[in-house]
Amino acid sequence: MELAGQTWVGQSVPRVEDAALLTGRGRFIDDLATRPGTLEAAILRSPHGHAEIRAIDVEKARAARGVVAVLTGRDVQALTSSMVVGVKAPLECWPIATDRVRYVGEPVAIVVATNRYLAEDAMDLIEVEYGALPAVIDPLAALEADAPVIHPSLGRNLASDRSFRYGEPEAAFAAAPHRVEIAVRYPRNSCTPIECYGVVAEYDPGEDSYDVLANFQGPFSIHAVISRALKVPGNRLRLRTPPDSGGSFGVKQGVFPYIVLMAVAARVAGAPVKWIEDRLENLAGAVSATNRATRLAAAVERDGRITALDWDQVEDCGAHLRAPEPATLYRMHGNMTGAYAVRNVLIRNRVVLTNKTPTGLNRGFGGPQVYFALERLVQRIALELGLDPLDVIRANLVPTAAFPYKTATGAILDSGDYLGSMEAALLEGGHAELLRRRDAARAEGRLYGIGYTAVVEPSVSNMGYITAVLQPAERKKAGPKNGAQATATVAVDPVGSVTVHVASVPQGQGHRTVLGQVVADVLGLRPSDIRVATDMDTVKDAWSIASGNYASRFAPAVAGAAHLAATRLRDRIARVAAGQLNVRPEDIVFRGGRIGSASNPENAVPFTRVAAATHWAPGTLPEGLEHAIRETVFWTPPELAAPTEADEVNSSLCHGFIFDYCGVEVDRVTGEVRIDRYVTMHDCGRILHPGMVAGQVTGGFAHALGAALYEEYSYGADGSFQSGTFADYLVPTVMEVPEPILLHRETRSPVTPLGAKGVGEGNCMSTPVCIANAVADAMGLADVTLPLVPAVLASHLHPAETAPKGRPAATAPALSGARQLFGEGTAEVAAPAQTVWDMLLDPQTLQTVIPGAHGVEKVSDTHFKADVTLGVGPVKGRYRAEIHLADLVPPRSVTLSGETSGALGFGSGRGFITLTETEGRTILGYRYEAAIGGKVASVGGRLLDGAARFVIGQFFASLARHAGGQAGESRPGVFARVRRLFGGAP
Amino acid sequence: MKPPPFDYLRADTLDEALDALAAAGPDARVLAGGQSLLPMLNMRLVRPTILVDVMRIGALRTVEARGGALEVGAAVRQVELERRADLDQTQPLLAAALRWVGHAQTRNRGTVCGSIAHADPSAELPLALVALGGEIRLRSRRKRRVVAAETFFAGSMATERRDDEMIESVTFPLRKPGTGYAFREIGRRHGDFAIVACAALVDATSARLAIGGVADRPVARALPLPGPDLDEALDGFAWSLEARDDIHATARYRRDLVRRLGRQVIEEAARCRG
Repeated sequence: MELAGQTWVGQSVPRVEDAALLTGRGRFIDDLATRPGTLEAAILRSPHGHAEIRAIDVEKARAARGVVAVLTGRDVQALTSSMVVGVKAPLECWPIATDRVRYVGEPVAIVVATNRYLAEDAMDLIEVEYGALPAVIDPLAALEADAPVIHPSLGRNLASDRSFRYGEPEAAFAAAPHRVEIAVRYPRNSCTPIECYGVVAEYDPGEDSYDVLANFQGPFSIHAVISRALKVPGNRLRLRTPPDSGGSFGVKQGVFPYIVLMAVAARVAGAPVKWIEDRLENLAGAVSATNRATRLAAAVERDGRITALDWDQVEDCGAHLRAPEPATLYRMHGNMTGAYAVRNVLIRNRVVLTNKTPTGLNRGFGGPQVYFALERLVQRIALELGLDPLDVIRANLVPTAAFPYKTATGAILDSGDYLGSMEAALLEGGHAELLRRRDAARAEGRLYGIGYTAVVEPSVSNMGYITAVLQPAERKKAGPKNGAQATATVAVDPVGSVTVHVASVPQGQGHRTVLGQVVADVLGLRPSDIRVATDMDTVKDAWSIASGNYASRFAPAVAGAAHLAATRLRDRIARVAAGQLNVRPEDIVFRGGRIGSASNPENAVPFTRVAAATHWAPGTLPEGLEHAIRETVFWTPPELAAPTEADEVNSSLCHGFIFDYCGVEVDRVTGEVRIDRYVTMHDCGRILHPGMVAGQVTGGFAHALGAALYEEYSYGADGSFQSGTFADYLVPTVMEVPEPILLHRETRSPVTPLGAKGVGEGNCMSTPVCIANAVADAMGLADVTLPLVPAVLASHLHPAETAPKGRPAATAPALSGARQLFGEGTAEVAAPAQTVWDMLLDPQTLQTVIPGAHGVEKVSDTHFKADVTLGVGPVKGRYRAEIHLADLVPPRSVTLSGETSGALGFGSGRGFITLTETEGRTILGYRYEAAIGGKVASVGGRLLDGAARFVIGQFFASLARHAGGQAGESRPGVFARVRRLFGGAP
Repeated sequence: MKPPPFDYLRADTLDEALDALAAAGPDARVLAGGQSLLPMLNMRLVRPTILVDVMRIGALRTVEARGGALEVGAAVRQVELERRADLDQTQPLLAAALRWVGHAQTRNRGTVCGSIAHADPSAELPLALVALGGEIRLRSRRKRRVVAAETFFAGSMATERRDDEMIESVTFPLRKPGTGYAFREIGRRHGDFAIVACAALVDATSARLAIGGVADRPVARALPLPGPDLDEALDGFAWSLEARDDIHATARYRRDLVRRLGRQVIEEAARCRG
């Protein structure tokens, strides 16, 4: 029963999804009607990176218009249990802060009201008393003995520490003529889908069951995490997904803590509750990829051949270890040698917690972090040994004859022709011309460089790989975990038309189109004859823990399962047809919407007629055939075994190959990076839909370009979050993304039903380091850090500047330090020093002088409280301020220290004031240092320095006016300067 | 991201708008294109009691060239000025700067005067106005007054506008024969807030350079013509702006760009004379 002629698979058929999406008829979660009486929730979030919650007063919010319920951590704890944590450690993981907050954006309270506006109005009325704690942001600093401990139950910030050894690495290092080592950092970023999280939850007290609609993407292993947290069996948590989802790239796995929160909120409120995450919430609190600090050493032969690798990875999972973390660290475990045949490997993996947003799934998932280290190392090897980087890559690639190749750490590289693909890429992508362009540019004195990357792109995760975080004995005790169950259902209805359902939860990729192609090929129909549904309902649909949209599993696993289900159904229908046509089943072909005899094409009937037979005349079915209505396939590849005693892990089923290279130019004046040409060669096995593969590669490239040049979640040393809008978290737009040259090879996978492999994540792994290698080559730099910020690159290009007399020398650039403000200035007051001194210490005067002061209360001679409205331009907020005076030397100098807090944020600072009297006038000198956190720091960091300077200047100008009865000369900021914290006290 | 409660008045006449501003005091905000105000409102950074929408006031919708200047009314959107056929000729600096204002989508809504009133230190239109030595025409129920651009901007998002005043129009001096103009901006991405923006005017005897994105307001300074003294003067200018670090650029980078781009832009303006 071979299909003759052309197949639908392999053609770029138009996407069935597009008609609705392009005409505004998509059905996203926020578009769907809700039951009458559905309430809306708003979430109050922590402005602090690390603080105790001393008290929460929600009474005013409860009494506000439209409010039905207000929940705090205690209310949630009363109805749930802690979400499971993936390591053996005394850690809890709650979806809302209980006794302390651990990252900016952590939920603190939920307001449920008749609409979102009223919920947010009421949210403003909640008073939380925080006691700020020192924060830890850097993963290596988190390991220091004196680091602030984020989870007291754990007693330290190290959540997991495992070492692995494969082959004879010590001997290889001892024998190798060269040891090349690098230390790199991979930054924090995320894939930021257009549509943010959405949840609609309902509780039925009659059945003690929850019904949740959420734009969750899977894996559905998380369903078990949610039902356990909600303390119901799985069958009492009905989880459904909407028909459309506006992008995910992994991120929408992270909606699950909010499913728990909204389920509880609905239970408490006694009505369905809807919550749609907004962009401020998403950037601060949704989910991030992990940042990682890696040391990597290689034992290298003279020809560049790597004989051993020694990895030391410190993974930063943020404030909580949320399921499935620390999976980012282990997803690549079988692939720690990349595309290279390296037999001896040492790995130390540590997982640390810091005061940042908890991490989770993100396109690339572990790949970008690993390859940034590995491929930077390969370039360094070439540099240190004086070799061509291409020759180092060639010397190490897994040989074509070696497939299937088992890596040192246990992955089975299923198929490929790495060397052939690489040489083809160099030829077809115009490598020789690129070298000429580089030479010409350099001859003109321009900074031009070329970078290379070779990458293995894993897809279809082994659900058991994460258990590698456990010791073999712990794994044994817990029982083996493995596999990657994919499910697909193909059914015919009473008129013989075909419906397909898969548990793949697409978020824009076009799964329905491809499944139409796959099933049409099997049944001899057109794709338009097939109707595909991909929305999920855990009560009604076939699913398993691996269901969902992640690990690039659609083409290799889900489409394959649909192929198998369609084939099974076809074989049943063939038996029915064989009876009707009086031929043997083996003689039946499905072609052109008809079923007929291969040997006698005249002898054929319409597909629909035979397919409908079971519905209308089951009595006519051949002996032993129960039905030919519906087939559901659960498919899991046998290759995905559980990790072995020796910690070998086949972490993914199939492995594509990517070879990238690019030419870049760095502007000598601005430090800006321009990509001259980017070539990306993919071998992702059999291509099911070339247009979609091009879309995946191009989209992955755009994400990766963001990671390379623009995007970073930036935190201050105090834990404040500094990139809370898309004006500060810089996602590249179409203006920034050049078109890469896409090249392909097709080496079919022997282990997937259709020979396809995943392709969605590869460029997120290969492109950041490829661009970094090119920039390092252009500028002759040994180390480069992502994102490649022009200001940092320019600091290598421009000679040190000479500060004018009386100014401090400029400090080294440091872009992700504390949001620390410094300034100084003078004001001249037409009054003697003693008068000015008395004014500074007098509440009445202060009330007049402090801009926006409503009440200044003197608690003691050196302690004042004030209510102030502070603002710059239209941005005004009311704050409570506490001011302490110290080091009083009347009437010469005083130190003020203070703290303020309000709805827009909080600040703390110190001011040093000196009074110098000359001829009845007083020169007031001031210096200040301040730190500002909370909302204004997250969304308006760019303007804070100017704002602080303006407000402080106003204060002294006002003081001068008040003292002299006339406007004294105030010159705030004339000598003001900003220095970094480590630049010394001002 | 929902705004707090506020009243909304769609004024049909200027008097109606000015009365509302006089009555509401500091808690009123003029709503024009809304490209800065509405996001700030949704983020609850601003809490006006009333928004006075001036976009339906016909008298504010005019663009007129008179007295050697282009007068732009408060309800004129950026796109309307951008598409003015002769702008490249009549005021090339303004034409060049407009293309750097946000994105095409925001220019379709945003107004010229709204950007001036908002006074973002990185914004292009305040920079162009300061560079050209333009003026702001303020109006309250009681009186009208004209403020020079160089004194109007008081700091980051702070201006000399009083609470009961609104900008009625701004005036950009037209191109002068024998003067060359040039504009350049460096931002992280297309349409981002400027890290450094430079606007230069050069005539036969002098150069004038205005810098945005570095100090807390746009600042202009007279500088020598391209020649041996220019570098030192640029260095002094760069230091005087008291550049700050933020997550996108260091203070030193900003000074470096003032020195290097400043020179390039002045040289370009000198070439464009004639």
